[in-house]
Amino acid sequence: MVEVFDIALLGFMAVLAVAIARLRNLFAIVVMSGFYSLMSASMFVILDAVDVAFTEAAVGGVATVIMLGTLLLTTKEEKKIERWSPWPLIAVVATGGLLVYGTLDMPRYGDPNAPIHKHVAPRYIEDSPNEVGVPNMVTSVLASYRGYDTLGETTVIFTAGIGLLLLLGSAFRTRPGEGGSS
Amino acid sequence: MSNQIILRVVAKLFIPFVLLFALYVQFHGDYGPGGGFQAGVIFASGFVLYALVWGIEEARKVAHPNVIQFCVALGVLLYAGTGVAGMLLGGNFLDYNVLQHDPVHGQHLGILLVELGVGITVAAVMVSTFYCFAGRGRR
Repeated sequence: MVEVFDIALLGFMAVLAVAIARLRNLFAIVVMSGFYSLMSASMFVILDAVDVAFTEAAVGGVATVIMLGTLLLTTKEEKKIERWSPWPLIAVVATGGLLVYGTLDMPRYGDPNAPIHKHVAPRYIEDSPNEVGVPNMVTSVLASYRGYDTLGETTVIFTAGIGLLLLLGSAFRTRPGEGGSS
Repeated sequence: MSNQIILRVVAKLFIPFVLLFALYVQFHGDYGPGGGFQAGVIFASGFVLYALVWGIEEARKVAHPNVIQFCVALGVLLYAGTGVAGMLLGGNFLDYNVLQHDPVHGQHLGILLVELGVGITVAAVMVSTFYCFAGRGRR
C-alpha cells in the first residue's frame, strides 16, 4: 500500500521538476517549487522521518514567500532560450544515471543489517532513555550525542545570515526607495 | 495589502497562534517532533506574515533590525556558551552531564538551551533574509 504512495509522490515530484524546468513564468515556477517542497515533506512522512518532514514543510513554506518577495525585484518571465543545446540535458541525464548507479550498491531501505544500523545507532537506541532521558530520540541525537554537528549547522546558518547582511545590509536597514547609502 | 480588511483580521487572529505554535514546537521538541530549526522558521513566518499584511516598515517597528542582527549572533553564542559552561564546570565541550547535579537533568537543561540557541539564530536569520529581499523595493 505504501508503495502506491511512494510511486505517486515520486511521479508527482518528477512531473513537477520537468514542469519547473520547462516553464518560463517565474511566479509559476516559485509556486511549483513550493509544491515540490510539500511533496518531499510528504515523502519524509512516509519514510517515518517526521522531524525532517517538519523542517522541510516549514522551510519550504518560508522559502516560497521569500522567493515571491524576490520576484518583486526582478522580471516576471525568464529569458527565452535563443539556441537549443543538448548539453544541459546530457549532463543532467548522465549525473542522474550515475546517482542511480550509485544507489545499486546501497543496502535495501530499512534493512536492519545495513552498516548504518550497526554502527552507533544501537548504542543510541539502548542508552538514550537512561543517559539523556528525552522521549524524542531525534532530539537527543541531534542536540546531545551530535551536539558538535548541530553547532556546526547553526554556525552555517549564522554565516549565511551574516553574508546576506554584508551583501544586502543597506536594504536591511533603510526604507524601500531611500537608497542604500546608510 | 494593508487596506484589505479580511486579510488584516485573519492575519491578526492568526499571528498569535503561529507564534504560540512556534514556542510549542520549540519547547516540546524533547517529547515530539520538532526542535529549534522548525520552531525558528515558524516563529519567523509569523513576522513575515505581519510584514506582508502591514508592510515592512511596520514590521521593522515591531522587530527592529538591530534586535534581529543581535539575535543572529545571540543564538550561536548561547549554543557555544552552553558548551563552554560545560567546560568551566569540569566536563568536555558540549558535555551537558555536568550542568546540574543529576546527569539526566543536566542533559535536559543542556538540550533546552542548545535548542533555544538554534531557534533564536534560525528565526533571526529568516527574518533578516526577508527584510533584505523585501526591503529592496522595486528598482
